Amino acid sequence: MDILEILLSASFWAAAIRIASPLIFATMGELICERAGVLNLGIEGIMVAGAFAGWIAVWAGLPLWGGVAIAMIAGMGFGALHGVLSVLFGLSQHVVGVGITLLATSLTFYTYRVALPEVSTPPKIEAFKVLEIPLLSDIPIIGQALFAQTPLTYLAFGLTAALAWILYRTPLGLAVRAVGESPASVAAQGLSVAAIRMGAVIFGSGLMAVGGAFLTMSAFDSFFFDMVNGRGWICIALVVFGAWRPGKALLGAILFAAFDAFQIRLQQTGIGVHVPYQIFLMMPYILSILALVLMSRRAEVPAALMVPFNKGER
Amino acid sequence: MIENSTAQHPVLRLSNITKRFGKVMANEAVSLDLVCGEVVALLGENGAGKTTLMNILFGQYAADEGFVEVFGTQLPPGSPRAALDAGVGMVHQHFTLAENLSVWENIVLGTLPLFGRSLAARAAKAKIRALSESFKLAVDPNATVSTLTVGERQRVEILKALYRDAKILILDEPTAVLTPQEADGLFATLREAVGRGLSVVFISHKLHEVMAIADRVVVLRHGKLVAERATADTSREELATVMVGGATKAPEFEARSAGPALLTLDRVSTQATASETPLDRVTLNLHAGQITGLAGVSGNGQATLSDLISGLIAPSQGLMTIAEGEISAWSPRAALAKGIARIPEDRHKTGTIADFDLTENAMLETYNSTFAKRGWINWRAARKHADHLIETYDIRCPGADTRIRLLSGGNMQKLVLGRVLENNPLIILANQPVRGLDIGAVNYVHARLGEARTNGAAILLISEDLDEIMKLSDVVHVMSEGRLSPAFARGSIDAAGLGAWMAGDGFEERADHAS
Repeated sequence: MDILEILLSASFWAAAIRIASPLIFATMGELICERAGVLNLGIEGIMVAGAFAGWIAVWAGLPLWGGVAIAMIAGMGFGALHGVLSVLFGLSQHVVGVGITLLATSLTFYTYRVALPEVSTPPKIEAFKVLEIPLLSDIPIIGQALFAQTPLTYLAFGLTAALAWILYRTPLGLAVRAVGESPASVAAQGLSVAAIRMGAVIFGSGLMAVGGAFLTMSAFDSFFFDMVNGRGWICIALVVFGAWRPGKALLGAILFAAFDAFQIRLQQTGIGVHVPYQIFLMMPYILSILALVLMSRRAEVPAALMVPFNKGER
Repeated sequence: MIENSTAQHPVLRLSNITKRFGKVMANEAVSLDLVCGEVVALLGENGAGKTTLMNILFGQYAADEGFVEVFGTQLPPGSPRAALDAGVGMVHQHFTLAENLSVWENIVLGTLPLFGRSLAARAAKAKIRALSESFKLAVDPNATVSTLTVGERQRVEILKALYRDAKILILDEPTAVLTPQEADGLFATLREAVGRGLSVVFISHKLHEVMAIADRVVVLRHGKLVAERATADTSREELATVMVGGATKAPEFEARSAGPALLTLDRVSTQATASETPLDRVTLNLHAGQITGLAGVSGNGQATLSDLISGLIAPSQGLMTIAEGEISAWSPRAALAKGIARIPEDRHKTGTIADFDLTENAMLETYNSTFAKRGWINWRAARKHADHLIETYDIRCPGADTRIRLLSGGNMQKLVLGRVLENNPLIILANQPVRGLDIGAVNYVHARLGEARTNGAAILLISEDLDEIMKLSDVVHVMSEGRLSPAFARGSIDAAGLGAWMAGDGFEERADHAS
């Protein structure tokens, strides 16, 4: 009975959507990179950097949206570095990505220590507040889940719709999809493979950083070292789960977040007394792996994913 | 250079183009003019520099020297965009299509401003339909490219150029992948296009096509322009001599009587797979002392048949016998043990290991039998074997310790051939044995296969080149959608007849596997 109660409560679904939001930003960022043929394993580190950059900017006096912009710019910087190495130099995307994650993470911790040398507890900022949308938020359960969130969550959903539209309805989206499928055709049609891939990696990395910033500026109001905690890796799986489609990836993010919100609540029920809580922490990951196995067996990987393109090579 | 009698300004002018790749001269001071409404054939052997020259024209490579002029304006080097905007369209030999995108998306790609609001799909599809109707290029704009046949893909490539209003069309070996009937269709389209004022550069190494379609022929050899003729003033024989740089003698093949059947397939089918066409009740007899040719458009089950005989897959239905012994547990090792020698279709991928040296590649099939002693490799014997192959098969290389990656295609193929023929095999599976080789190497490989035939081997020759099939084979089969035609004896069928079978005519209607 406990379980049913959880699933029917508005607060459970509101939590699921809230937990999903950073995943949605970062998953969309990764999706754009991969659609253009670049696997961006820098995602984890870029999220850490974004979480820190947005938070410290607001702490230093910028408005909240200014902090989001700073996070985005920081992410784009690391994206540019990734692009130069993996697209222009054609280096191994695995190595570059892991390198960017290590670099971005350590650089963030270093900057934190330099900026706040004497601090034992990180300072808090005035984070984004819940913005209830009139009328819509009065709908039972769904209203509180979907329409009583912070502005960044609304942005995540709007962004997904916009990306889907761009990807399938505009020349730019067609070019991005084509460059991940067959860079040679893109070159033969007179477009620059390098420019499109660079653009995709830079913009995608910016979104990853905004996903990180959601954690410090909306979900919480401060920065902790292990706050991203593997969310970037989850997003890479979500892209596969969503078969490289924004809509499906969004659903995947919500599904994973729901598992997460569910296990937190399950710990507080009667079962939690008898079972070690680590089992509950494991749950979303196990369920994600199962869902991945079931859902993505027939997914079509972009054909040129991880294949560098060298112009004029024989 | 022939001065054109009409004082027309050329639509295209290549002037003194030189291009080096490392030490290799791919093009050396090549000049070429094209006038409006003309078809020029660029003829030459593999590696003569035809494709390089056209890639320079299209801006995919930048020339080291010389320049390209289109309609009197010089093109900036290394920019496909500039070439496209000037009205040059190119159909590459290896198609440049994104397989998971639709036909219309492939065509529209790059024709709109990148940050434009919409793809205007409806208008684009209407324009594509109109073009495909007026140029007889039947293809559905909404189809996904991966579902199209090779012929259809080529039509999409041509439509890409026409959609951009190309005035000059370059076709790189366009007929290599087509049936004779499809090639005729392509020629009809080209004539239509030329009638409307397009100019065409047609790259080929097939003489009869060049004679059929071109007004003028330009011959490249070793990167240099060696001859230029009006088609009316020349002959196939003359062009062949100029192309090769002297006469070469192709081996003669005469009909022979067949020996006993060494390998037989009796109504053999294979399991359906995602990537390859399965066999559908194939009945085939390979006789000793005969070359059996297998014609067909690629992807119709030839690869499956080849995999079956090499032991990579086993029959799901039907009976396979070798030297009258029924085959049970079938594997590549079993195939080797039964004396089946294999010349794989792709010498780079499955025939050799690129970063192994010649010694290692020469013993890939025998490293654990002939060259193993109590579990250790006998390197001395292996090395001697490689040296022997190098000498016997005239493999040009610095030595047996050269990585095979560094050899030319012809020399690589000679090693594969030597590995195969050295053990006097009973059955030889020759899958595209001369693909990508120049005429000298082709003649060499053919002569060796002829010798093996004389020595009593049963040879299955799989090829997409009808001329090769008809020249070598004692009997010919055609494959279409996994089905095998009856056997045609040498001389009992012509190219058009084979072409009809390749297109699927003549086969019984596919019955479901009721049994």
